[in-house]
Amino acid sequence: MNTETRYYTRFTPVQRFMHAVLMITFLGLAATGLPLRFSSASWSVAFANAVGGFSAIIFFHKFCAVVLTIDFAAHAADIAYRTAVKKQWWLLWGPNSMVPRLKDIQDFIAQAKWLVFLGPKPKFDRYTYWEKLDYWGVFWGMAIIGISGYAMWFAPAFAKLIPGSWLNVALLIHGEEALLAVGWIFVIHFFNEHLRPHNFPMDITVFTGSQTEKEFKDRHPVEYARVEASGELAQMQTQAPASWATPVSRLVGGTAVVIGIVLIVLTAEAFLRY
Amino acid sequence: MKPLRQAIPSRDREGAVLLMLLVLSATSAFAAAQDGQCLSCHEEKTNPFHASVHNAAGCTGCHTDIKGFPHPDHVAKVECGSCHSAANTALASSVHAHASQQPCISCHGDSHAIVPVKDPASTVYPSNLPRTCGTCHGDRKFAQQHHLPDVYSEYMDSIHGFALTKDGLLVAATCSSCHGSHDILAPSNPMSRVNRVNVPATCGACHQGIEKDYLAGVHGEAMKSGNTAAPVCTSCHTAHQIGDIRQASFQMKTNATCGDCHKERYGTYRDTFHAHVSSLGYVESAHCWDCHRAHDILPAFNPKSTIAPANLIQTCGKCHTGANASFVSYGPHADAHNGKQYPALHATAIFMNLLLASVLGVFALHTLLWFIRSRAERHGAQEGKS
Repeated sequence: MNTETRYYTRFTPVQRFMHAVLMITFLGLAATGLPLRFSSASWSVAFANAVGGFSAIIFFHKFCAVVLTIDFAAHAADIAYRTAVKKQWWLLWGPNSMVPRLKDIQDFIAQAKWLVFLGPKPKFDRYTYWEKLDYWGVFWGMAIIGISGYAMWFAPAFAKLIPGSWLNVALLIHGEEALLAVGWIFVIHFFNEHLRPHNFPMDITVFTGSQTEKEFKDRHPVEYARVEASGELAQMQTQAPASWATPVSRLVGGTAVVIGIVLIVLTAEAFLRY
Repeated sequence: MKPLRQAIPSRDREGAVLLMLLVLSATSAFAAAQDGQCLSCHEEKTNPFHASVHNAAGCTGCHTDIKGFPHPDHVAKVECGSCHSAANTALASSVHAHASQQPCISCHGDSHAIVPVKDPASTVYPSNLPRTCGTCHGDRKFAQQHHLPDVYSEYMDSIHGFALTKDGLLVAATCSSCHGSHDILAPSNPMSRVNRVNVPATCGACHQGIEKDYLAGVHGEAMKSGNTAAPVCTSCHTAHQIGDIRQASFQMKTNATCGDCHKERYGTYRDTFHAHVSSLGYVESAHCWDCHRAHDILPAFNPKSTIAPANLIQTCGKCHTGANASFVSYGPHADAHNGKQYPALHATAIFMNLLLASVLGVFALHTLLWFIRSRAERHGAQEGKS
């Protein structure tokens, strides 16, 4: 009997790298943006004093913003190249695409029924509806926060195109959309991917890139059945993560979760008080 | 036997003292003879008195009731006012009129050692005056008893105090520069130099340019038109704790100072980026006076105002290089609650609130239910196994 655990690739090295950049810059942007959003909070002033004042905060904020913009642009360019040039149309439609389809709505309804004990657990394909929401939430958020952020960064130039009074709107959108992003990532995303009982304390698939056979069957049964039937399963099999990869992934992911939770607690405190 | 002292001092004295000397010179021989008599008993008074401004007057110049030796046990109180009548009159109607039995020496020090005001050793020489006034006005108990602010330490840490004590600037304002000397009146007295209405003129004695600007601005106009509640210099700068306007610590407090009166405008300012950045200690961020000016503040409808529509590009352009007509339509006091004045901002605020509440609300519930459901599923699985 084969007792060795089989591993299957879920994320490519490029995808894992993109996620790592997104994760680090998002934490940096949140840590430097929240003190600005809640500038009257005592922890904001203390943080600003500790890191060298507003100048240091805004420098780091802009630095993270530029890196994340490059990350975003590289991803958009990659998708555009693979569809327009390489004709990989499955990126835009089908079970392996991030684009929402009818099954996502059906899954959501089935999941809602399951959550209230009114139905069986839905069987998910490669990407669940909450993963697609994570993806598109980041996509939408980055566009909105990015545009409003660059508008404020280059305000006089921006005002040559659009009325200056929109800069007031830009700050409002930037701050509120950032709160939505912070709330989504630090509460919803962290719970869905790491903190819920099935994944607790940490799901490291996005760091190691691979999932076990059991995880594959439990989490993405439709995809598993499809690749098994088509004979592609063997191609997806990969080596177990290196011995150091699991503890390092847990440490990195755990650190991000802890930072996020600290930030969301401070945000909640400031939101309720000010 | 003590040597007779010289009746006429060798060095120059004040004009008034010289005049007095001329009057006294006729009887100088007599006076000198008298002093020699006094000093045979009162030797300890010799040195300070010889160096004092009153040396020429001799002992009996002040102790007029003493005609010879032996004198009575009780001698009359010296009346400084018999010579210093102007000071005496001023003092009589001042807050210090009943301050003590002998109010003169409270400030001028040892009665036998009084030196001219211009002598750096004088207790009322500019650099010594704060300490002299501070003997009473720096005493916390005394201040409490008389319901006075404890002003000495405040003054010493102010820009005037530092200028005087650290830089040795004799032109720096000391107590008497603002309050007067013998004629000090309570601030509530309309004749007082530090009565609200008189404060601009008092400060303006040195800060003439600022006074001119102030009187041209809305605050000065209001004061001139008889509104005694209008802010004067001390309303914003305080009376004794006046800071250095070039210091970040001073500039960072100014928004709250204006906000004490302009509550609504301060509230809307605090919602904007200028205020957020300022709260985090970025002193370069726009303060009230960066746009409105500090002293010659004018309303927007006045074409000379820095916030008059025609001047906004220049005003905003001080910091925002490249500011144009579109840029200055930015609302530095934009209020998302005010739908009439800021419809786009108001609508965006409502939309964002709904978006956040619905997305986070739905998924917070989703998360909570998922947690409960997962626990139940695990529990069930364990029961199934056993």
